[in-house]
Amino acid sequence: MMKKTSSLGLILLLLSAALLGLGTSVGSAGLGWESVSSKIVWEIRWPRSLGAWLAGALLGLSGALAQGLFRNPLADPYLLGSASGAGLAVALVLVVLGGGLGGVGAVGVGALLFSLGLTGAAFGGAVLAVLLTLLLARGAQQTMRLLLAGVIVGVVLGAVTSLLTAMHPEALLAMQSFMLGSTSFVDGAACTVMASCLAVCLLASVLLARVLDGLALGEETALSLGLPLAPLRMLLVAVLALATGAAVAQTGLIAFVGLAAPHLVRSVVRAQHAALLVLSALTGGCLLLAADVLARGLIAPQELPVGVLTAVLGGGYLLVRMFLADRASQ
Amino acid sequence: MTFALQALSVRASLSKTPVLCGVEATFGAGRWTSIVGPNGAGKSTLLKVLAGLLPFEGEVRLLDKPLGAWTAKARARSVAWLGQSGVGGSLGGSGGSGGDMADMSAYDVVMLGRLPHRAWLAAPSAADHAAVAQALHQTQAWDMRHRSLNQLSGGERQRVLLARLLAVEAAIVLMDEPLANLDPPHQADWLRLVRALTKAGKTVVSVLHEIAIALQADDMLIMASGRSIHQGLCADSQTQSTLRDVFDRRIKIHAVDGQPMVRLMP
Repeated sequence: MMKKTSSLGLILLLLSAALLGLGTSVGSAGLGWESVSSKIVWEIRWPRSLGAWLAGALLGLSGALAQGLFRNPLADPYLLGSASGAGLAVALVLVVLGGGLGGVGAVGVGALLFSLGLTGAAFGGAVLAVLLTLLLARGAQQTMRLLLAGVIVGVVLGAVTSLLTAMHPEALLAMQSFMLGSTSFVDGAACTVMASCLAVCLLASVLLARVLDGLALGEETALSLGLPLAPLRMLLVAVLALATGAAVAQTGLIAFVGLAAPHLVRSVVRAQHAALLVLSALTGGCLLLAADVLARGLIAPQELPVGVLTAVLGGGYLLVRMFLADRASQ
Repeated sequence: MTFALQALSVRASLSKTPVLCGVEATFGAGRWTSIVGPNGAGKSTLLKVLAGLLPFEGEVRLLDKPLGAWTAKARARSVAWLGQSGVGGSLGGSGGSGGDMADMSAYDVVMLGRLPHRAWLAAPSAADHAAVAQALHQTQAWDMRHRSLNQLSGGERQRVLLARLLAVEAAIVLMDEPLANLDPPHQADWLRLVRALTKAGKTVVSVLHEIAIALQADDMLIMASGRSIHQGLCADSQTQSTLRDVFDRRIKIHAVDGQPMVRLMP
């Protein structure tokens, strides 16, 4: 069992390296290394590929955290309202700042400030929405309350976002690229931010993985085993919010990676949560980077929005699994 | 007699509905007490209060020290609790929602019982592995150790969960309807297991609906409508007549070859 887990980890690492190599050699300026300037390779393709992997890893990790925390295989990273919170914050920035900066042409420093403002706002919005959910649920003790509060926050904030974009149609286009998710704006700085978030979140979740193992037998059993559930669950929710917020801020709302990555891992190995969390992160990274490479290569020199691709691939994968499970049970 | 657990005018509520309204009960060290009573009498709630899983008013003393004075981990080493299968807590028949999450191997599930003994990040020690192996053998679940819980039948799963309980190696063992889903041979095995536990000096408290088996315990606590109605030796005639009364005289107790037999009155 242990051997299978570590060999899967090794395979995923090798796959990540291969995909990173592929990602840096594929682009709208042509295939291969020689034909394009090293500037394009190192300042555009490399950070973009690495960024896609990092965002995917953050989402895969959050997905595994959410599914363990809520003991529900359908839980995804956006469950606690972070997606709608980030969406609303981005819409607000686009509406409030977008008008003013658009006039100047948003060049140079202005554009940088603007994009920093967007990622910062998305991150803040995601974290604030989770806080709002926690406030409504009066803490993380009751799973049902927490889920319900997450749904409520999601619906209400989503409605406000729709209202904002309906009133300011000029923000609609930029908003749409956020909603679909995109890896094309990721730069070196974004990679540094995501890499540090991933390191912190991975470490924290591996340290807390034992709680998720204990929760597999239900909250009362976990309590009877002496696990201090209340503070540890709060910490896990914080890690979940940080990981999701970091990914959403840089790449928008990428669909299905967080949901599908832990399922993929579970279909291959049966592991305790510490291993499951790490493997889900690696799988998420591979998934999103592979989707990104495909999105760039499929209809080059045009690009597909990567979020559309992950939704189609992830949905298709779950569909196949559903049919296989049906056949197995018959 | 020394008491492993004492409940003194214990009151508790579930979502603001009072469920326990002043329960008095004592559980002798090294003895087996069965808790019986009609549905909704508060038996499971009392067991959870004793395990420290629910807030309550009144006093619970664990090994002569107030329950609140124990740290969670020390308490978890002294009291092991097994909930009803299929109800919220344990995996049981939670089907849809918990289904996919229950893909831990039986061995790993039983290893969870060692959590109170392990340092936060420590890998399981040789003693932990030995305790898990022993517990799996005690419930005849050793052969299923590599299978995941959702590949097991209800009865097999119950034996794995029982092994999880035993792996704690606690001095006090609380079980809520432990015979659910067990076939008659495994019910007999369970009976032998409980006798072995009390012989080893452990205190066993079990909530049972199988009255014939409950009557084989040392002591019996009879509950109804959130109160303790009677506590006494199972062999005591007053215990048996209270038992008949609490079930509206719809059961009849005979002794056949010294074993209690229970007949249901239509």
